[in-house]
Amino acid sequence: MLHIRCPYCQEMRSEEEFSNAGEAHIRRPPDPAALSDAEWGDYLHFRKNPRGPHREVWVHTAGCRRYFNVLRDTVSYEILDVYPAGVPDPDAPEETTP
Amino acid sequence: MEKYSLLSLFRHAGRHHENWSRAWRDPAPKEAYDTVIVGGGGHGLATAYYLAKEHGVTDVGVIEKGYLGGGNTGRNTTIVRSNYLRDEAARLYDFSLKLWEGLSQELNFNVMFSPRGVMNLGHTLQEMRDIERRVNANRLNGIDGEVLTTDQVQKRVPLLNCSPNSRYPVLGASWQPRGGIARHDAVAWGFARAADAHGVDLLQQTEVTGIRCQNGAVVGVETSRGFIGARKVACVTAGNSGVLARMAGLRLPIESRPLQALVSEPLKPCLDTVVMSNAVHCYISQADKGDLVIGAGVDGYNGYGQRGSFHVIEHTLAAVCDLFPAFSRVRMNRQWGGIVDICPDACPIIGKTPVEGLYFNCGWGTGGFKATPGSGYVFADTLANERPHPLVEPFALDRFASGALIDEHGAAGVAH
Repeated sequence: MLHIRCPYCQEMRSEEEFSNAGEAHIRRPPDPAALSDAEWGDYLHFRKNPRGPHREVWVHTAGCRRYFNVLRDTVSYEILDVYPAGVPDPDAPEETTP
Repeated sequence: MEKYSLLSLFRHAGRHHENWSRAWRDPAPKEAYDTVIVGGGGHGLATAYYLAKEHGVTDVGVIEKGYLGGGNTGRNTTIVRSNYLRDEAARLYDFSLKLWEGLSQELNFNVMFSPRGVMNLGHTLQEMRDIERRVNANRLNGIDGEVLTTDQVQKRVPLLNCSPNSRYPVLGASWQPRGGIARHDAVAWGFARAADAHGVDLLQQTEVTGIRCQNGAVVGVETSRGFIGARKVACVTAGNSGVLARMAGLRLPIESRPLQALVSEPLKPCLDTVVMSNAVHCYISQADKGDLVIGAGVDGYNGYGQRGSFHVIEHTLAAVCDLFPAFSRVRMNRQWGGIVDICPDACPIIGKTPVEGLYFNCGWGTGGFKATPGSGYVFADTLANERPHPLVEPFALDRFASGALIDEHGAAGVAH
């Protein structure tokens, strides 16, 4: 049983109050029509599914009903970090402006 | 291979059963094989067996990081059925079911396949409509199926609570008489023994740590016992498929999640069929040695720990107690989780990858056990002929680019 601290409610609650919404920080391609079928398929279906630390989206379904991000180890299930939605992916490479 | 028979049993009984030969060898890895199969579960061992038997490819090494059949093969609820909705899936699973029917003779190993029928209960009007649709689709595909009324369900399963006053009353069921259960360990052992007899090397306690590629083609695998060369590498590693794919620089449309099951203390015979319910979520059967085998749901998030969330079990046991009030005092003996590889369309991915010589057979998700012989057969054919077997053409990885998904999520009486 996971215990998750909701970053909005600031309370440690059991996992039954929450729902998982999959991998975090997946960006919708800005121009879908410009993508090939393979690129669009990758965006829709392909996931990192790591064995180890995983950034994922949770929603506090039975609480404030707001979305947030969790960094959780998928082997030990330890929750390493919890942060609000909208925070940029800490693992993302620095974006360079052309 | 020493043939198992009544005669051999008598002969060994006279010698106090002290001289049975080993069921398979424990060889040292060769420097290279024609084909290396990563994963010594049911599907991997079946692939090795059919490669050797049907295609004469005996230069095969099966690499297993733990022991044979120690993953999902030994962690499922042993249900075998083929009542899938979509044509492509129905053909594949029914092909497998037909292999189950002769498997004990084929392998000279009693896999205890018991076609005792599989019942999928319906608890709402919409579920009954779906059941009728699925049974009709099955019959058009030549798969046996019937729609049962509440009275017919009650007659077959006297212990089931069919009261109209229950919270989710049983309105009927679909019924596949050819479905049933088998002994899952025996399936792994039977395929292992038969593959070994054909000269296949079964390498246990050998973990693959890397896949070596040159110029876009696979050349072998790095393992905890050194490099093993191979012309073809076939990954059959269920929940760890994503980890293997990453070693070759690939991504898969798969998420790995724990699926739980549990067994009770042994009881006298009281349930002679398989009862599944999607709506209240449980599936239950009684193994030949008497324990109730109960399947719970899949966790709501990714995980590689071979355990599951407690509230998932609580939910399933509440459903069992509701459906079978007589089981409310039964004590549970063991509980465990297996890591299932779930695809967006709940159908497997079988075939080639962008890396030449590298093949994957994965994505069976929550329902791979029933497909064990069929999966091995078609994958062996795909490997040997380097083109997809006609039954697996629709299950290629490129369907996630073309969009031709085979939507079995919720369609096939898949309870998760």
